[in-house]
Amino acid sequence: MFGRFGFRGGIFPRLHKERTEGLAIERLAAPPRVVLHMAQHIGSPAIPIVKRGDRVLIGQTVGEAAGMLSSPVHSPVSGTVASIGAFAHPSGMHGTAIEIENDLAEASAEKILFDKPWKESAPGEILQIIASAGIVGMGGGAFPTHVKLSPPSHKPVDTLIINGVECEPFSTADHRLMVEKIEEILSGSLMIKKILAAKTVYFAIGSHNAEAIRVVSAALNDPKFKDISLSALKTKYPMGSEKQLVYSLTKRTVPRKGTPVDAGCMVQNVATARAVHLAVSEGIPLFERVVTVSGPAIRSPKNLWVKVGTPLRFVLEQCAMDPAIAKKIVTGGAMTGMAQSELDAPVLKSTAAILAFGGDGPPASYNCISCGACVRACPMRLVPSRLAKFVNKNLIADARSQGVVDCIECGSCAYVCPAKINLVHFMKLGKYWVDKQQKEPEVRSGHDR
Amino acid sequence: MHVSIAPHMRRAESVQTIMISVIIALVPAFAGSLYYFGVRSLFLVCASIIGSVGTEWLVNAALKKPRTIKDASALITGVLLAFTLPPDLSPWMATLGGMFAIGVVKTAFGGLGNNFLNPALAGRAFLTVSYPAAMTHWSAPLNGTLSGFPWNVEGLTSATPLAYFKHAALSGNYHPLVFKNALANLFWGNCGGCIGETSALLLLLGACFLWYKRIIGFSIPFLFIGTVFLGFWVTSGTGRFFSTQALIAPLYQVLSGGLMLGALFMAGDPATSPITLPGKAFFGFGCGLLTLIFRKFGGYPEGVCYAILLMNCAAPLIDRGTRPRIFGEVKTRE
Repeated sequence: MFGRFGFRGGIFPRLHKERTEGLAIERLAAPPRVVLHMAQHIGSPAIPIVKRGDRVLIGQTVGEAAGMLSSPVHSPVSGTVASIGAFAHPSGMHGTAIEIENDLAEASAEKILFDKPWKESAPGEILQIIASAGIVGMGGGAFPTHVKLSPPSHKPVDTLIINGVECEPFSTADHRLMVEKIEEILSGSLMIKKILAAKTVYFAIGSHNAEAIRVVSAALNDPKFKDISLSALKTKYPMGSEKQLVYSLTKRTVPRKGTPVDAGCMVQNVATARAVHLAVSEGIPLFERVVTVSGPAIRSPKNLWVKVGTPLRFVLEQCAMDPAIAKKIVTGGAMTGMAQSELDAPVLKSTAAILAFGGDGPPASYNCISCGACVRACPMRLVPSRLAKFVNKNLIADARSQGVVDCIECGSCAYVCPAKINLVHFMKLGKYWVDKQQKEPEVRSGHDR
Repeated sequence: MHVSIAPHMRRAESVQTIMISVIIALVPAFAGSLYYFGVRSLFLVCASIIGSVGTEWLVNAALKKPRTIKDASALITGVLLAFTLPPDLSPWMATLGGMFAIGVVKTAFGGLGNNFLNPALAGRAFLTVSYPAAMTHWSAPLNGTLSGFPWNVEGLTSATPLAYFKHAALSGNYHPLVFKNALANLFWGNCGGCIGETSALLLLLGACFLWYKRIIGFSIPFLFIGTVFLGFWVTSGTGRFFSTQALIAPLYQVLSGGLMLGALFMAGDPATSPITLPGKAFFGFGCGLLTLIFRKFGGYPEGVCYAILLMNCAAPLIDRGTRPRIFGEVKTRE
């Protein structure tokens, strides 16, 4: 039933990766200023520990973690703190951020290195380094990594999956990272394996990425990486999604209200694994990442090393965005990303791609014709058209019982819908109202038509 | 700048492209109807379209709603309704049927996707009930005979192939060779019946186009036709299943009486059939079973129209019963 593709459902959009998959990562020119948001991760926003006028160095902590589920923020440039206040955030809202004027001196703070080889350190010590390095999930989820790597002791993890699938169209950041920095990724993977005391490590790559498969299998010949095995998965969107990936590789099903840890697995993005290596082996915290800039309205698409906090406008200018065509700028990915309204918003730790599209805006939607395309496409086996109808008619309890909270918001349903209904919008709305009604049962959902 | 919700890529297919593909798929059958029945079918099709499209336009204008005729679904309803009408029907009745199909069955319930009955078939049922004599008067095609047989039976000039077959079966008048020629005529379409349903070949051509475009699935048509075929095959009364004798009845049943049209184009109408795959399979089987029962035990030699309409009524219940198990659900469904 699940065939050669590993999981049921999913779609096969045109990937458009040929635009950038062959381009080596270039270093973006130094931005004149960076805007470092305190809320770049799931959990409590960081707290600024510098003030206006302070001089900062590259790698210096400018925002400290606030509580258990939080992550510190480090400066990617050397310069002076220009202001601390509310700035545009790629999520569409505003958030507290530290604006730093780049003095272009590239002066680094002192790196804090381990005094002994990491292989002889306790997992707790390595976790400490990861926490203070501000590492969050770089596949887009931005979950603080040191928390993710500390599952409850009654839920041991025996399988670690390093996710290099990158199934989203246009994105090639992970692809280039695998081709150019594979040793660092594999080293980081071994560190994560040690922390989790995992027994098996799978390195998952999509079948569309022949170059990475070649590079990684060559690198895995090295005896020090003998614990890692390569898994080339036939590409289908959303193969890179955690639950689908876990099922495809291990045939274990993540339970509905659970995470992969409940199935004894953990998934980490390749960029996160590399960040772990950099923090532990070279004392470098997380302050820059690879970003793919692509899309129909970009004249010279690129893969770039971008410092966190670089304004989107700056990145797009360096890639010759065509202002005549560009109508929509998306950060993240073509299927799950956020459309931007302010190009002053900066790149975050989790921004994997910046895409510029043209076009006439979202298409008008028709009535649902019950064709069933969304049912065939949904990787979570939901019936999206019915859930959308429930949410539309305020039947929130019905939406909840039929699984609206299980939606992973991959966008497959809205992609295939011939009536161009904004199904993901209804899923998000439904989840919001389910959550709200659970906290405040008397509240009537306000989506009245 | 445009700000809209993910996903930011959509596939090219839309409701409109689907409808256009369906219209293209109906062109061979339409050409066949012109060939076999002449210009009468053109009048019927046009009259039906005027009724359906016109009513949709009028209702949209009167209720000050957006114009929906550009999605071409009313056009398809008009064409499909016309295909189920006998060739000698007065065109104004076809228009009336179109008006009922769209005005009552579709727009009164909320337009595209909200109808619970197949509009074309409901229109046909309306006409059959209102004008029973006109709706059951058949005439021969221009170059053939009514029943597909090479001769006209005295006293039964108004019989369709199915009625004739029933008569032949009752009177024990089985001549395999004659039946084989008749079957061929049925397949090509050279027989009596409703203007769009006679030619199985042309309908299959259209369906192949839709299968290629992945617009219709396989479960409903195959289960529908398969159930009728199997039902007549195992009850053919002869002991040997693979003889010509045993196969004549099922083939004849499958090739006549609007079964091909119903199974390929009507039953699969997405708005009125279940949304999940097991649901569609059960729906197809149910349609086939009902058709089988109507034809075998009922007085009505056709049965497809009412079988589909009845299953349309059951579709929401089938949907409820065939909900997919959510990924990650371990034991019982909530």
